[in-house]
Amino acid sequence: MKTVKSSFKFRGGVHPDYNKELARGKAIEKMPVPAELVVSMSQHLGAPAKCMVKPGDFVARGQVIGEKNGFISVCVRAPADGKVKAIEKRLGPAGGMADAVILDTTAKPDGEAATAAPILPPLDWRAASREELLKRVEDAGICGMGGAGFPTAVKLNPPPGKRCEYLILNGAECEPYLCADHQVMVERADRIRLGVDIMRKVLGQPAVRIAVEANKPDAVAALEKAFADIEGNVEIVVLPVMYPQGSEKHQIFATVGRVVPEPPALPIDVGCVVENVGTVAAIADAVELGEPLLSRVTTVSGDAVVEPKNILAPCGTKYADLVAFCGGEKVPPAKVISGGTMMGFAVSTLEIATTRTTSGLLLLSSKRVFQYASGACINCGRCLRACPMRLNPAFISKVVDANDVKAAEDAHVMDCIECGACSFGCPAYRTITQSCRRAKASIRARIAAEKAKAAAAAGK
Amino acid sequence: MTIAVLIIAGIGLVAAAALAVADRYLAVKEDPRIGLVTAALPGANCGGCGFPGCDGYARALVAGTAPNGACAAGGEACAAAVAKILGVAAVATERRVALVKCCGTRSEAIRVGDYNGICDCGVAAMTAGGDKGCTYGCLGYGACANVCPKGAISIHDGLAKVDKRLCIGCGKCVAVCPKKLIELVPASATIHVLCNNPDKGPAVRKVCGVGCMGCHLCEKNSGGKDANHFTFNGFLAKVNYENPPDDEQIVAKCPAKCMSVDPHFESGH
Repeated sequence: MKTVKSSFKFRGGVHPDYNKELARGKAIEKMPVPAELVVSMSQHLGAPAKCMVKPGDFVARGQVIGEKNGFISVCVRAPADGKVKAIEKRLGPAGGMADAVILDTTAKPDGEAATAAPILPPLDWRAASREELLKRVEDAGICGMGGAGFPTAVKLNPPPGKRCEYLILNGAECEPYLCADHQVMVERADRIRLGVDIMRKVLGQPAVRIAVEANKPDAVAALEKAFADIEGNVEIVVLPVMYPQGSEKHQIFATVGRVVPEPPALPIDVGCVVENVGTVAAIADAVELGEPLLSRVTTVSGDAVVEPKNILAPCGTKYADLVAFCGGEKVPPAKVISGGTMMGFAVSTLEIATTRTTSGLLLLSSKRVFQYASGACINCGRCLRACPMRLNPAFISKVVDANDVKAAEDAHVMDCIECGACSFGCPAYRTITQSCRRAKASIRARIAAEKAKAAAAAGK
Repeated sequence: MTIAVLIIAGIGLVAAAALAVADRYLAVKEDPRIGLVTAALPGANCGGCGFPGCDGYARALVAGTAPNGACAAGGEACAAAVAKILGVAAVATERRVALVKCCGTRSEAIRVGDYNGICDCGVAAMTAGGDKGCTYGCLGYGACANVCPKGAISIHDGLAKVDKRLCIGCGKCVAVCPKKLIELVPASATIHVLCNNPDKGPAVRKVCGVGCMGCHLCEKNSGGKDANHFTFNGFLAKVNYENPPDDEQIVAKCPAKCMSVDPHFESGH
């Protein structure tokens, strides 16, 4: 085991105001279960889980309330004991409506005492088979906790013919304000170590690279201590501080120097599996303690909140409860962002609930928020320099304004990772990333329509 | 000189022979009626009939796979012309026009945020579901107006309005609206419920001053449940356009003020 500096630097990137000092070093605080939980059936990438309960049902903590519904999907378990109040469509952080189970956690079933027994039987990872471990990761409802929420069991089971050579742990956390992963690395380094042992067994003993940005020396120290006695090719790679260092593709380049081809290629096509550090700790808990993924660490920060904190909250906690746990609002927030400032989603209400992918909640006062009006592109080329995917964002934004999605597609808009580096530096305040998202959405819709048409024709 | 003339003439002869052979043996026999029918159609290529342009619809008509009368833009006159060419009776169709089922103007419906991204409803809906408090209501960023081939839709006070005279019922706006609140309704219907929010009354009231609360008063005033003038989806009334109500008094009696008599806007065209 050794600690090295990254020898590869990706092109582009920006340096936003990190503002991490607000929540940095704040020990993870476990939040009491709020009176009402809103558990979304769509907390991961892929098909939403199939709801298995009906209003009036009592559910126990850890009970499966949403069943895995397809290959790219994971189950949803109840984060706490409670009674199902209703099942309704609720607004998610990203703006879409999804079925959610509303749990009243104050109601208790008559006569039944809450049991302290583990939800799943603990497994001895050394004795368990690879299939047993994979099944456990799936049963525990684990999906990537970095943001996209890709089902972890699918990632850990590479398709035949593809081999994982490098397991990369993503601890970059390049988003401004967020310190959740940082704090997990500092406090739960031993869990991450155990998770790595388990994942190495599942993936066939790949080499391990743990990627941490240089602004987290305490996390590097904690990981060095936890991984001191590990066998094999394991390195902690200290990455230069640069946004978007935490992007999967850029992480792979920064740690092993490989380039993931354009979609639909996945990291496994270049022999890499990237997992967020929080996910790895969740795998350790699921196997050793039999504890499914029911809660996660979320950073609540920003200059409009009384006391920024890193909170371990059940998945399904309403934002209003998180803010109340942090002492409430210092000043009325001008903008509320679910996630980080670069890639997070602005939300209009605190009634939205956290999911397994909610890494942060930011309340920003009017001092931090700027109302802009987009102007015309002045061809300065700042977005070209900033784009880590080597695209031409200025061109894409212009053609999307003109409704020419085909031209945007020819300019490889589908490669865009929506990191926001282009919009960040634009002196004309153009909403370039939004243009890319718009083009990607319409291209995806067109591809889906073509597929449906082809399927219908084949059916005939 | 002579040689040159002969060579050119020779090439011309060979080419003419090749063309003559091609015309005789490689000719694609096309029903001449396709051209006639295409000429009879309005040529708007709006796609409202479900075929790729007027030519596509003409081919389907001649092949007998499409009903005569599906052309919303051409209307009855067009159907009659096509009937004359093909000798098939026109299927009687009612002219249908788009109806925007929302009346939450900027003063009536609350806005929960300041959206300053791209001016397009689809993109706005991707950003926290849009800036309107009511997640079912018209965002007013004009995605429908932008796709309308006839310029029949315009945005007034944060709300899309349709000019009934210009609308050809092609349905492009219906497909593009991210909130799915535009519907094609019979042009003859005059009484409409302009709301798309199926939530309970108090929840609707919180976000909009003119949202349907599902009080069933419109149903009661129009002859009760048996009259079958209205259907209900949750707490949202919907006019049964198969059997529309005709008593305009019920509109004034709606306590939520979400009903309207002929809400279509008349543009200056």
